[in-house]
Amino acid sequence: MTMKIMVAIKRVIDYAVKIRVKPDKTGVETSNVKMSMNPFCEIALEEALRIKESGRASEVVAVSVGTAQCADTLRTGLAMGADRAIHVDYPGSLYPLSIAKILKALVEAEKPGLLLLGKQAIDDDCNQTGQMVAGLLKWPQGTFASKVVLDQEKQVVTVDREVDGGLETLCLELPAVITTDLRLNQPRYATLPNIMKAKSKVITKVTPQELNVEIKSDLDVVQVTEPPKRKAGVVVSSVDELIDKLKNEVHII
Amino acid sequence: MAIRAKLAAFGNRSLATAIASRYRFISTLVLAEHEGGPSLREAAQAASCYPSVSQVLLADSDKFTHPLAEPWAKLLHVVHKKGNFSHIVTASDSFGKNILPRAAALLDVSPITDVIEVSGSHLFVRPIYAGNALSTIRYTGSDPCMLTIRSTSFPVASMSAHSKSSAAAIEQVDLSTFSEDDAVGKSKFVKLSSQDTERPDLGNARIVVTGGRGLKSAENFKMIEKLAEKLGAAVGATRAAVDAGFVPNELQVGQTGKIVGPELYMAFGVSGAIQHLAGITDSKVIVAINKDADAPIFQVADYGIVGDLFEVIPELLEKLPEKK
Repeated sequence: MTMKIMVAIKRVIDYAVKIRVKPDKTGVETSNVKMSMNPFCEIALEEALRIKESGRASEVVAVSVGTAQCADTLRTGLAMGADRAIHVDYPGSLYPLSIAKILKALVEAEKPGLLLLGKQAIDDDCNQTGQMVAGLLKWPQGTFASKVVLDQEKQVVTVDREVDGGLETLCLELPAVITTDLRLNQPRYATLPNIMKAKSKVITKVTPQELNVEIKSDLDVVQVTEPPKRKAGVVVSSVDELIDKLKNEVHII
Repeated sequence: MAIRAKLAAFGNRSLATAIASRYRFISTLVLAEHEGGPSLREAAQAASCYPSVSQVLLADSDKFTHPLAEPWAKLLHVVHKKGNFSHIVTASDSFGKNILPRAAALLDVSPITDVIEVSGSHLFVRPIYAGNALSTIRYTGSDPCMLTIRSTSFPVASMSAHSKSSAAAIEQVDLSTFSEDDAVGKSKFVKLSSQDTERPDLGNARIVVTGGRGLKSAENFKMIEKLAEKLGAAVGATRAAVDAGFVPNELQVGQTGKIVGPELYMAFGVSGAIQHLAGITDSKVIVAINKDADAPIFQVADYGIVGDLFEVIPELLEKLPEKK
């Protein structure tokens, strides 16, 4: 029983912040904005911690790729209960393909039995990285997971996936990649003693170069704009008036 | 200009074909899903009748019985190596989102997911931050340019009357190079649990009736279902309603659930969290019923009633005309 679990974590604008598009259309305002761990990543980390606490994993390693501030987000992960962390330091913007290549390199170095990620980040809403790293590693994937059951004896993991038609159950050979959906679990809060304890945990810093990952980009953000606003309509006073509008104004019913 | 479409199977997901024809990408591979119904051969024949489809590729193998990402991504890889497509397109549903990024990684390209507008052969618009901003992205890499498109943002392709006679050729995919070495075989389909329902599919419905936390219980939620039945509508729910156990997860509408674009969207007891609104902005007409006059849903609703849904729904049930 020495299985290691790796969890990928992204630092994003806090989900409760109302974002502002920059006037020059180059992106979204991120200075002086509260940043947090991507909520889906929190769910992934929580699941890893629960697997470890149930005795089916020996170590949880949290990893994050990005600027120096990512270390703060990793520290939060350590306070939640991760054993150690790896920060891949890169100052520029990265797209999921590069992240997937970096994660592949980390997996090859650390050899976890399970790689857990959030199904998407709430900033770019890409929903790609897990699928891509699974493809690069030639590992099976269980995306949009709402239930994860590990069977160590058979070396398989059974995953319930939230799909358009309902719930799909898959059985994956280990090692595997799993991306987590909203209903998998309720992530814990870091307690004060654990926040203190996390301060002495190790965050190892590496660069993409040290991992022999070449960062190239095949995407160009041309502009970021505000979406067209829907105008608020009218408040009607009765069901009769509503039915009249739907019948005679917009001709839907 | 040849536009090819590969359909291991084909359902009603012809939207990608529509884009391909509108923008005349050099050669576009469309991955389409086929759910039950006709046989694979019949589905391929139906696909071959779309005017913009010049070829249908049929991959007939037990490996593709279930929508597993490992064999399907590998299939896209194999088919592309032979066909050298300029674009590979699929719908942004749970099938496409699962498979296309994996295939893109195998082909070493960055996919662009959730496209809502095609501005040029390599220029696309997609929502970010739950639709609170729109990002215009140019693909600068080598072929293929890989996309998942949000089907509610595009019109459905039509089959022209004369198309039967000029149907595209159907060709079998050569699976001899389809290797077993990769992850194919490391994942097994166990089961799909779904609610069998006569109601229209959320993603394609003309009318969607949605219930939120304001419904208070699974029992009360049946009122929403009754109303949907009367209108011939699909039933949707907010994350809060799903989390509270009123309805199963596949009914969730929003940033991480289904994206809908009906002619009429009726929201009952829905406050209007940004994550929910992200899934409904393509709707033509939005109606909101909520007892809280300050609920954010009223800021996007075309018609609103500030009132108790437990009074409004029965009245609607009584007064609405029967569905056509």
